[in-house]
Amino acid sequence: MEAQSNSLVQINDLYKRFSISGDFLDQLQFKGGKLVRHQEHVHAINGVSLEVMPGEALCVVGESGCGKSTVARTVMGLLTPTAGQVSYRGERIDNLSDKQMLPYRKKMQMIFQNPYASLNPRMTIMETLREPIRFHNPALTASEIRDKIHEVMFSVGVDPSWGERYSHEFSGGQRQRISIARALAVDPEFIVADEPISALDVSIQAQVLNLMMEAQEQRNLTYLFITHDLAVVEHFGTRVAVMYLGTVCELAPTKQLFSSPRHPYTQALMSAIPRLEDNRPDYIKLTGEVPTPVNLPSGCVFHGRCPHANERCKQEIPMLTLLSDGTRVACHGVEENRL
Amino acid sequence: MPLLEVSNLEVCFGLRSGAVKALRDVSFTLERGERLGVVGESGAGKSVLGFSILNLLSRPGHISAGSVRFEGKDLATLAPEELRSIRGNRISMIFQDPMMTLNPVLTIGVQMVECLKAHRKISTKDATYIALQKLKQVQMPSPETRLEQYPHELSGGMRQRIVIAIGLLLDPDIIIADEPTTALDVTIQAEIMDLMLNLCEQNNVALILITHDLGVVSQVSQRMLVMYAGRIIEQGPTKEIINDAQHPYTQGLMNALPQMAIPGQKLNQIKGTMPPLQRIPKGCSFNPRCEYVLEVCKHNLPAFTQSGNCQVACHLVAELNQEKLLVKEV
Repeated sequence: MEAQSNSLVQINDLYKRFSISGDFLDQLQFKGGKLVRHQEHVHAINGVSLEVMPGEALCVVGESGCGKSTVARTVMGLLTPTAGQVSYRGERIDNLSDKQMLPYRKKMQMIFQNPYASLNPRMTIMETLREPIRFHNPALTASEIRDKIHEVMFSVGVDPSWGERYSHEFSGGQRQRISIARALAVDPEFIVADEPISALDVSIQAQVLNLMMEAQEQRNLTYLFITHDLAVVEHFGTRVAVMYLGTVCELAPTKQLFSSPRHPYTQALMSAIPRLEDNRPDYIKLTGEVPTPVNLPSGCVFHGRCPHANERCKQEIPMLTLLSDGTRVACHGVEENRL
Repeated sequence: MPLLEVSNLEVCFGLRSGAVKALRDVSFTLERGERLGVVGESGAGKSVLGFSILNLLSRPGHISAGSVRFEGKDLATLAPEELRSIRGNRISMIFQDPMMTLNPVLTIGVQMVECLKAHRKISTKDATYIALQKLKQVQMPSPETRLEQYPHELSGGMRQRIVIAIGLLLDPDIIIADEPTTALDVTIQAEIMDLMLNLCEQNNVALILITHDLGVVSQVSQRMLVMYAGRIIEQGPTKEIINDAQHPYTQGLMNALPQMAIPGQKLNQIKGTMPPLQRIPKGCSFNPRCEYVLEVCKHNLPAFTQSGNCQVACHLVAELNQEKLLVKEV
């Protein structure tokens, strides 16, 4: 596995399974008079490879259950991958101990979806922000820490004089600003944002997105941005990875993806976005539901809902292949020039 | 006579710290077969509006003034028994979270039959037949087996289909759908919205669609209401509002959508947040966030002005209209 030197974060052939069959005793079953152990797994990620380039915002989109949050959490080291590797600046980080991981934690920070759950209700904003700074910079004096807190609070547009308040005294948008401040407090290079705006109202979404874009410019941040909202992606992303059932089905620069989506799933997803248009555009109807990730379909995971699926799609798993226009697509149809 | 006429509706929540008005002076009408969208941010009062039409508010909330007339009968003062014969029967409601709406310990079939039997004198066999028909109408795959299944065995999209089927069971005149697709993915959302639209058109059912998603409203509804801090601030034909919103808040809401901005550029944001209901500012409730605020906005509540086919509660729009009139006269 050659780790490319210019990527900031590299995810290589990542797999993650979660056991859903309980503990050892729950797994035992009687079958034909014999005691057998029966295990079931949710296949959350199945062979995902992504590279995040410095300074870009790589967006991962997909429907619920497609494994996008699992990718985010595995990259952050909050989950251990079942197989595959995660590297940061060429160094493998997925198998490090907590202690070895420490220097990376300072460089990688995460913003979570629900600002109501991700802030400790029993800590004041000051304490919430002080904790990561003090933990990662033990050499700083109390007044330096205070200056730092004021600086980040100011940069996210929260009045530093509100530091003694508790998180419940703030609105959703302000709480999300505070979680962004907490992530920025240790001067990270790389931020994983897992649906940071989906719990917020439209007018507040715009404020938070603007804030994240400002922070990116000023601090030269790199984002891994997880979302289900394609409109946000079009606005925010440098490149987009579309996920379906634990696999990446299309990876392309944002403009290209929106002007010419190649994978049938991406096309359906794009046409389903409700837009402010006079006449209702005909969207591509997908039949059926997303299959369960417990028993993955054979071949292309999308073949059950794909209008263009043929025999080959049902048997052979398509690989992500690079097209001449720079898009990477995992689809037999595109590969065979059928689509 | 319109099918539903809400006039000067006011909903009050009596709290220890004093009464909070969640809805103030809300008036609109709904004709048979019409599709009305209700848009606003969270806390604007759109769900409370949905609940108060069917008088489903629970303590400490209550309708403190105004009326909700359905075919001339005021639902706000109707006796509980009479109200019960309208709820679910003539007016049905679809909620946001299908898992919370369906009873987890009863099969789909039992829940559907129960609903039919509560309103009609009908045998279990006939009720099951109707239930099956409705499941087919919502394009449920293998409807016969669904009747035997429990809600947890179905996916989110299927559950929402069941809820829609239950909503349609008694051939209601109005369906109130409170964020029916918010918990669903975009591809499923498109399918469900399409389904609801078709069913409403086929059966001539009026729809009140409550949502925060302007995109959904623009595609489904014929008329829309925009709510802010418990009041309607703009109402009119959806097309007109989407293409040429008059109220600064509606404009701001529209411009804040990522699809309205140039990719990579900053989004147009509305500064500040919606005030909590206890602290609604004097005058126009939007005035602290408004870019075009005038002196009069800080003191007087704006009345509705007619602008095209829309009604807008904004001093600025009123003034501009007046100027236009003057220009015409000169």
